[in-house]
Amino acid sequence: MSDDKTNPAQANTDSDVSRRDFLNEITLGALGVAGLGGAALTCQFFSPKVLFEPSATFRAGNPDLYPVNSVTFLQDQLVYIVRTEAGFYAVSAVCTHLGCITQWKPEANMIVCPCHGSKFEPNGKKIGGPATNSQPHYAINLTADGELEVDKQQIIKADKALKV
Amino acid sequence: MGASFHTALESLRTTRVWKSVLRRGPAVTSRTRSLAVSGNLLLHWIPVKVREKSLRVRATYYLGSLSLMLFIILVVTGVLLMFYYHPTAPKAYYDMKDLRFVVSNGVLVRNLHRVAAHLMVLVVFCHMFHVFYRGGYRPPHEFNWVIGVILLFLTLSLSYTGYLLPWDQLAFWAITVGTNIISAAPVIGNKVRFMVLGGHVVGENTLLRFYILHVVILPLLACLFIGVHIWRVQKDGGLTVASKDDDEQN
Repeated sequence: MSDDKTNPAQANTDSDVSRRDFLNEITLGALGVAGLGGAALTCQFFSPKVLFEPSATFRAGNPDLYPVNSVTFLQDQLVYIVRTEAGFYAVSAVCTHLGCITQWKPEANMIVCPCHGSKFEPNGKKIGGPATNSQPHYAINLTADGELEVDKQQIIKADKALKV
Repeated sequence: MGASFHTALESLRTTRVWKSVLRRGPAVTSRTRSLAVSGNLLLHWIPVKVREKSLRVRATYYLGSLSLMLFIILVVTGVLLMFYYHPTAPKAYYDMKDLRFVVSNGVLVRNLHRVAAHLMVLVVFCHMFHVFYRGGYRPPHEFNWVIGVILLFLTLSLSYTGYLLPWDQLAFWAITVGTNIISAAPVIGNKVRFMVLGGHVVGENTLLRFYILHVVILPLLACLFIGVHIWRVQKDGGLTVASKDDDEQN
């Protein structure tokens, strides 16, 4: 800019931005926009839209299969079906710490993670670390023909039980 | 015999083909020897002149070179393993088993790759401790120290992506636990984990992603940074000299 003022051949009376600076900035701006757009497109490209993963919704059979005051581990779904006097809960069996599969220990009346030793009550409430959160409860409902249906994409409040 | 071989070599060096390839005559003076090193694509990484002190053999002297040797072993054995390995969920585990029990010398190649990978992590750490405790990160080597830290992270990433490829229980749970650490990052954690895994759980997409990172992207980056690292050793004035020697000069 200071060069323009001292050089009469390039003096620009209307503005102190030279044509070269203007074009340089426009080009850099365009490259920047293209770069950001490219980065955004790449991020989208790496996030799959269609997944061939098992369905998050499954049927857990007739409620009579589960006695009152029992914890049943469904290995294929990684879910505990817990039945108390209050009703049914579907508690996640995937540890909230780092994703290992927890185990139901009836003799200790707690759910324990074999990887790092987190402990939970049968209803998923955290007793001991390193997990920071309790196990989430999934939405559990009855289908029209009277079977239990669990939706692992819907997390509900821990005090909400399904009465049958 | 020796004399005639020497004469033959000398006359070869004056031929037109020799000169067209190397672009100079026989390296007989200090100057022509220096030019022979600096004008050669492969040799120009190597210092033209080296301090005698820095060549003195010590127990820790070869750690950097050992890391490079291990990297070369890993590239060669890794390429060999690629001839039998399919990065797909139905085949990956059985290809690994075939390499151990069916392919001729497969167990040797696989274990060379595996042991060299374990050793490389160990040797790279030793190399860094050595450089750190000898003050090798100080000027004029501070840029090369940063390159070295990048190379450490590349080594660990290569090790971690290779961990999934046998596609057994250990691999599955190691990557499940490891990528759950990513999702502990605030705000973007879950999104980044989803992109790394290519899904919500470790699956077919994850295997392919880790395979491509392991055999293409990370090795290319490692080659690039290793090249810069070795080149900088020369440009920063040869290998690190003990801090004791610097103190004597001060």
